[in-house]
Amino acid sequence: MADWVEACAVDDVDEEDVIRFDHGGRSFAIYRSPDDEFFATDGFCTHEKAHLADGLVMDDIIECPKHNGRFNYKTGQAKGAPVCVNLQIYPVKVEAGKVMIQIA
Amino acid sequence: MAGKVKRDYSLVGESTRIAIETGLASAEWYHTDVPRKTMKELMQRSDSPAIRDTAIWLAAILGSAAGGVYFWGTWWCVPFFLAYGVLYASASDSRWHECGHGTAFRTRWINDVVYQIASFMLMRNPVTWRWSHARHHTDTIIVGRDAEIAVMRPPDLLRTALAFTGILDFRYSLPALVRQAFGKLTPDEKSYVPEMEQHKAVIAARWHIAIYIATIALAVFVHSWIPLVLVGGPRLYGTWHMVLTGLLQHIGLADNVVDHRLNSRTVYMNPISRFIYWNMNYHVEHHMFPMVPYHALPRLHELIKHDLPEPNPSMWHAYREVWPVLLRQLKYEDYFLKRELPPTARPYRGEFHEVNMSAAAE
Ligand code: FES
Repeated sequence: MADWVEACAVDDVDEEDVIRFDHGGRSFAIYRSPDDEFFATDGFCTHEKAHLADGLVMDDIIECPKHNGRFNYKTGQAKGAPVCVNLQIYPVKVEAGKVMIQIA
Repeated sequence: MAGKVKRDYSLVGESTRIAIETGLASAEWYHTDVPRKTMKELMQRSDSPAIRDTAIWLAAILGSAAGGVYFWGTWWCVPFFLAYGVLYASASDSRWHECGHGTAFRTRWINDVVYQIASFMLMRNPVTWRWSHARHHTDTIIVGRDAEIAVMRPPDLLRTALAFTGILDFRYSLPALVRQAFGKLTPDEKSYVPEMEQHKAVIAARWHIAIYIATIALAVFVHSWIPLVLVGGPRLYGTWHMVLTGLLQHIGLADNVVDHRLNSRTVYMNPISRFIYWNMNYHVEHHMFPMVPYHALPRLHELIKHDLPEPNPSMWHAYREVWPVLLRQLKYEDYFLKRELPPTARPYRGEFHEVNMSAAAE
C-alpha cells in the first residue's frame, strides 16, 4: 500500500514554481501550477542527473536546468529531445495547508 | 589523465574510457550561488527580444541579398554579399544555438522553426547537432567526451586559420550530410545520439540534401551562379565572424576540468558582434546557467562576475592572450592558460583541476 507523505507546506512553493523534496533516499519535485494546483514528479531528469527543482516552470512545463529538456509535469510526458523518457508522476493532495504526495 | 596519456579526441577511445573511469564524464560542475528568486527572474522567457532581433536579422538578410542580386556583375555586389554571407553563415550559428537550447523565444514552435532554418544555413544536421551540443554542455572540453572541441591539442594552426574561410567546415559538413542521408552515422555520432533518435537524423539530412539538389538544379536551369551564392555558398565566404567569435569560447584554456570558469572565456565585444553572436561572448555565464536566455546574459554577468575570472576586454586582447599559448602547445600540448579566479571565488574540486596545473601558464 502506497504511503502519503507530507512534502511541504502550501506556502513553501511559489505560484508557477517548483521545489525539491527528498524522502527515503529518493528525490522528488513538487510543483505549484499557475492555477494554484500542486503536482509531484521524480526529482531528477530522465536524460541525465539534473535536479528539476533548479529548472523553470512555465504553464504546464518544467524545463530542465541542464540541457533545457521539457516535460509536462502534470502528465510526466517528455516533450522532445534531449528528453525521450517520460517522468514518473505521483498523486498529490493538499490537507490542512500541507502538500502530501503518495509514494509507491 | 590527460597529462600522461596522449589526447584521443574520438568519443569511443582511450580518453573516453579514462574520463568515465575518473569521474570526469557527467560530473557535477561548479555553479556560482545565485538566489532562486533572482535566477527565476533571469530565466524568464519572452518572445519580444528575439522577435525583434529575428525581424532585423531576416530583413537584413533579404535586403543584402536583394542588393547583391541587383548589382550582380558589378563590384557593387561585393559589400552586399559580404554582409549577406555573415548574416547567413555566422549569425545563424547563434540563432541555431539559442533556439536549440529553447531559450530564445518563449513560444516553443518559433524556437523550433528558427532552429531548423538556422541548422540548414549552417549545413548542420539539426538532430545530431542537438545531441552533440547536449554532450558539450555535460562534458565541456572533456577530452574523449565533448564532440565540439574546436581546437584540439596539439593545435593544427593551418586548419584553424583555414576555418575562417569556411572551406574545412564546408568540406566536412556537406559530405557528413550526404553520408547521413544514406543512413550512415559514425560511431562518434552513435555515441551521443540515442538509438531512438537516429532515424530522425537521417530524415533531416535527406531534407537538407534535397534542398541543395534543388538549388543546383535551379542554378543550371537559369544558367546562373546566383542560387548557389545565396544558398550554401555563404558557408564559404560568410563563416569568418562565427569562427572569430566562437573560437574564443574555449581556445587555449584548460581541458578536463569541471569548472566553466577555468575552461570558458567571457569577452567583451562590440554591439554589432554581440548582435550577430547573440551575447554568447558571455560564455562562462552561458555554460554555468544554460537556462538564461541570451538577452539576460549581460544582467547575469553583472550579478556573478565577482566569482569569475576577469573577462577579456576585447577580442583583440583575447587573441593576443591565446596566440603564445597555441605556439607553446605545438611543442608541449599539456600547456594551457590558467584562468585566475578572484580571491573571493570559491574553489571547486581541486582533484581535477590540479592535474594540469603544473602545465599552466602563470
Ligand atoms: S539532464 Fe535534463 S535535459 Fe539533460
